[in-house]
Amino acid sequence: MDYGTFQGILTIIVMVTFVGIFYWAYSKHSKSKFDEAANLVFSDDELAKMSKDSGEQK
Amino acid sequence: MMNHSQSTGADYNYTIVRQFALTTVLWGIVGMAVGVLIAAQLIWPQLNFETPWLTFSRLRPLHTNAVIFAFGTSALFATSYYVVQRTCQIRLFAPKLAAFTFWGWQAVIIAAAITLPMGYTQGKEYAELEWPIDIAITIIWVSYAIVFFGTIAKRTTSHIYVANWFFGAFIITVAVLHIVNSMAVPVSLFKSYSLYSGAVDAMVQWWYGHNAVGFLLTAGFLGMMYYFVPKQAGRPVYSYRLSIVHFWALIALYIWAGPHHLHYTALPDWTQSLGMVMSLILFAPSWGGMINGIMTLSGAWHKLRTDPVLRFLVVSLSFYGMSTFEGPMMAIKTVNALSHYTDWTVGHVHSGALGWVAMVSIGSLYHLVPVLFGHGRMYSTSLVNVHFWLATIGTVLYIVSMWISGVMQGLMWRAVNSDGTLTYSFVESLEASYPFYFVRFLGGCFFLTGMLIMAYNVLRTVKAPKESLPALAEA
Repeated sequence: MDYGTFQGILTIIVMVTFVGIFYWAYSKHSKSKFDEAANLVFSDDELAKMSKDSGEQK
Repeated sequence: MMNHSQSTGADYNYTIVRQFALTTVLWGIVGMAVGVLIAAQLIWPQLNFETPWLTFSRLRPLHTNAVIFAFGTSALFATSYYVVQRTCQIRLFAPKLAAFTFWGWQAVIIAAAITLPMGYTQGKEYAELEWPIDIAITIIWVSYAIVFFGTIAKRTTSHIYVANWFFGAFIITVAVLHIVNSMAVPVSLFKSYSLYSGAVDAMVQWWYGHNAVGFLLTAGFLGMMYYFVPKQAGRPVYSYRLSIVHFWALIALYIWAGPHHLHYTALPDWTQSLGMVMSLILFAPSWGGMINGIMTLSGAWHKLRTDPVLRFLVVSLSFYGMSTFEGPMMAIKTVNALSHYTDWTVGHVHSGALGWVAMVSIGSLYHLVPVLFGHGRMYSTSLVNVHFWLATIGTVLYIVSMWISGVMQGLMWRAVNSDGTLTYSFVESLEASYPFYFVRFLGGCFFLTGMLIMAYNVLRTVKAPKESLPALAEA
């Protein structure tokens, strides 16, 4: 395989990977898991039970 | 260290976070004060007092090392140790090793503060420290990785929150960059020669240099942003999907952008063009992060009126967006032909360093300090607001003066008479820059004053009696 063909194949692999990540991120399947993950920022408060945490948080 | 935490559930290790948070403020003041001094030296050269270790050439690397590795990296240590515990809902892994990273890192900072003014340097920008210190950094950094990834490995949550992805990428990549670029042959305790030479050396250096920007000053601080912006705004991140896509795009692209530091040099032409194109594409994932952060505020914009901490975070994102637009533009070869080696570059760096890195760190610290020391808020919210305006005005003065000075220098240097001779000598362009150097010095004074106010506010918060600083009711 010459260098040009190798580069071409590599470009396709990288492109397919990126489209794959994009598809996975925007698939319905992942939606609920991501919502759960996004709320990890707030679920830490109940655990820490910091009596005087910032008042802005819900 | 005082222990105010009254946690009953997961007992987080806040000692290490407190230590790094307080040293962030200290090293911020030191690093920026050196910056203001060398800015003054450019106007009044006699300020080096004819002393070798006070000369610009030795203090400039001290300034950059202090703000990037002492101030910025301490902020990253503090926030990553805090965020990884809170989002994994588990106590920090290997607390003794974590303590070692703190004391080790402080030792490295002291070693840098001694050796750089003495003139010991490897001569590589942002990687000046001599080989024994380089080895110490490697050991500490690997310990950092063990503590961070160990904590993620024993997490009690099923997900790894996106902030930890950014922190993780930052820790791994900085290790790789540091080890590869620091490869050198020692000839004595304080002198070594790089393993690379010529164009290869330059390429390796700027592969390191630009990815120090991309992974330390960008990915690490985006990790900070992804925790503290949603937290302070009281809303989850705008789009978790976007955060995943822009994370992978960002880390895949940044690694290729280094050659734009070497336009029109001995570097092969195709490498320069590749670096330019990759830098241009980098605009997309950078703005993905900026938009994701700012849009997190949708529906909570009113909080900006009352919360100066949130204002710090949002303005930092605006500066991030601005400098990641400016960066790709400056990477275009024809633009670079004008901007390179001028003050425009210095202005661009500080738009990112003061506007983005420092302001997101300061905002995060104002959120962090009350939590760490068991209070509801900072000692004085109005002083936070004063700091916000000093920092914003200081940054704007700095970057605007450098834009004007830089473009002027570029135009003066390229101007030629009809007979082909240069219109201006270098010294003429330097003389024309003096007024702008003064405005830059003024901007630096504003920013440094803000940091001193912060130090006072933090000290009063730390020393405040319990229950004396209740959280303000929602406005």
